[in-house]
Amino acid sequence: MTHPVPAAQPAASASATNATGDAISGASEITATTHPGKPGNAHNPSNPRALRGKPTNPIAYIASFLKKTLTIGEWEVRKLRHDMTDVVTRTIQPVLWLLIFGEVFTRIHAIPTGNKSYLDFMAPGILAQSVLFMAIFTGIAIIWERDVGVIHKFLASPTPRGAIVLGKAIAAGLRSLPQAVIIYILALILGVHMNWNPLALLGVVVIVMLGAACFSTFSVLIACTLRSRERVMGIGQVLTMPLFFASNAIYPIAIMPTWLQAIARVNPLSYEVDALRALMLTNSSSALGLGTDFIVMIVMSAILIAIGARIYPKLVQ
Amino acid sequence: MLTLETSQLTRTFGEMTAVNAVSFGVESGEVFGLLGPNGAGKSTTIKMLTTLLPPTAGHATVAGYDIARQAADVRRVMGYVPQALSADGNLTGYENLLIFTKLYDLPRSERRKRVNDALAFMGLADAANKLVRTYSGGMIRRLEVAQAMLHEPEVLFLDEPTVGLDPIARRAVWEHLSQIRAQTGMTIVLTTHYMEEADSLCQRVAIMHHGTIAAIGSPNELKASIGKPDATLDDVFLHYTGDDLESGGSYRDTSRARRTARRVG
Repeated sequence: MTHPVPAAQPAASASATNATGDAISGASEITATTHPGKPGNAHNPSNPRALRGKPTNPIAYIASFLKKTLTIGEWEVRKLRHDMTDVVTRTIQPVLWLLIFGEVFTRIHAIPTGNKSYLDFMAPGILAQSVLFMAIFTGIAIIWERDVGVIHKFLASPTPRGAIVLGKAIAAGLRSLPQAVIIYILALILGVHMNWNPLALLGVVVIVMLGAACFSTFSVLIACTLRSRERVMGIGQVLTMPLFFASNAIYPIAIMPTWLQAIARVNPLSYEVDALRALMLTNSSSALGLGTDFIVMIVMSAILIAIGARIYPKLVQ
Repeated sequence: MLTLETSQLTRTFGEMTAVNAVSFGVESGEVFGLLGPNGAGKSTTIKMLTTLLPPTAGHATVAGYDIARQAADVRRVMGYVPQALSADGNLTGYENLLIFTKLYDLPRSERRKRVNDALAFMGLADAANKLVRTYSGGMIRRLEVAQAMLHEPEVLFLDEPTVGLDPIARRAVWEHLSQIRAQTGMTIVLTTHYMEEADSLCQRVAIMHHGTIAAIGSPNELKASIGKPDATLDDVFLHYTGDDLESGGSYRDTSRARRTARRVG
């Protein structure tokens, strides 16, 4: 029992055009599957129609969940493809950090970085930083989507809430990959000792995506709680400072005072930077343990996404 | 044959009761209008019926599925056009619809045809590959109706479908909605505060006031009910809602309506 999208249109309105340029036209050549009006079309509660696409077992549910997740990701990527300005402008900041801050601090040798140059040491930190700065403002887009009703449409469709949040997290990850490319190119030019092992490169991609997923979902949670663009913007700015400076991004944890070390050790950014440092550079190893880094990032992202799936629908209530 | 039924449907926000024990039924194939001033509870009712907001008390079924216990099933059998213009301006009209064919599990082999048919039906075939941000308000609204119908829903919900549109674009949306009903027999539930819209589209309307239904019936029945010769639906509205026509609407509602109008303009 179906009623297809009506494909035919009475000729009477086919030529109508209105002052706003809304042509009500063009459909008269399509005549297939015209459906006669039949009021008896309705659903009979005692005999429910088969629900299209409804998963009936756990495996089908997981497959459907992943499919919907990828569709949400596709939606974000298609948007990006039409407008690359954001991606391009976002690459400026890490370039400036590496060129100005990095070059100067490499010359003054103020920070003990063991056997690597300071530029080597900070390049992974700047990648993590640019991913963080981009992801932490994802919430602003969520507020905008709430205001214009985009979220309402997605929530009223048969899309699992977790798939919406996870799809957005993946999209945030994809959005940060161009930054990694820029930093790799620049690092190469500046003579940073990069590790080109394909497996290490893959690891960098995974960690960058996990970092973006973690902090963008964190931002979504903030948006769902604070519910206004201005507050999300303010809190985002307040949070980036401690997240960035209470981490090992631009100096080692070892030189921090004890209380700051404690904060740096619970800061997910430290684990992201640690993994990037181990994977991006030759002659470098992980200080916190590469396995620990991955586990921390995966667990943090999973927890945040699970919370997000629960509170995201509250944004429209 | 009722496609939609509510029973004592209630929603409170803290101390405030937005929807108070509302019961009504919508016949299959009917165009049913929820009328009322801003803040009367129309949008809250629609949000509950579209599973966006759980009811505080009472229950409702859409196409036989309970909105609270079978929310995931309800989402498969209804289409929803939210109040604000929600199509994504950074995508083309075609892409906007394509994404939703996937979210609604339409088979891969049918997607392209469904999207093209829906765009053609709504008079958007020529604009299919243009970015939606270049569309006029009326075109965006028709695109959203097309999107909400892709999966052949049993019930189509529209929240203030023509708010912010100029009179000509508004009329175009009405014509398309009438055609949808004539050709598919789809049940349509809409909210509006334009009396003309209710009069020209709806077989039956319910006038909401302070979270309850003040009157329900066909436009003609309601006009007859107030005992005034040559009554218009405006008179009916004023009769049942008093002078609230002027007073309703929070700052947030107003700012949202203005923003919508600006996007459209």
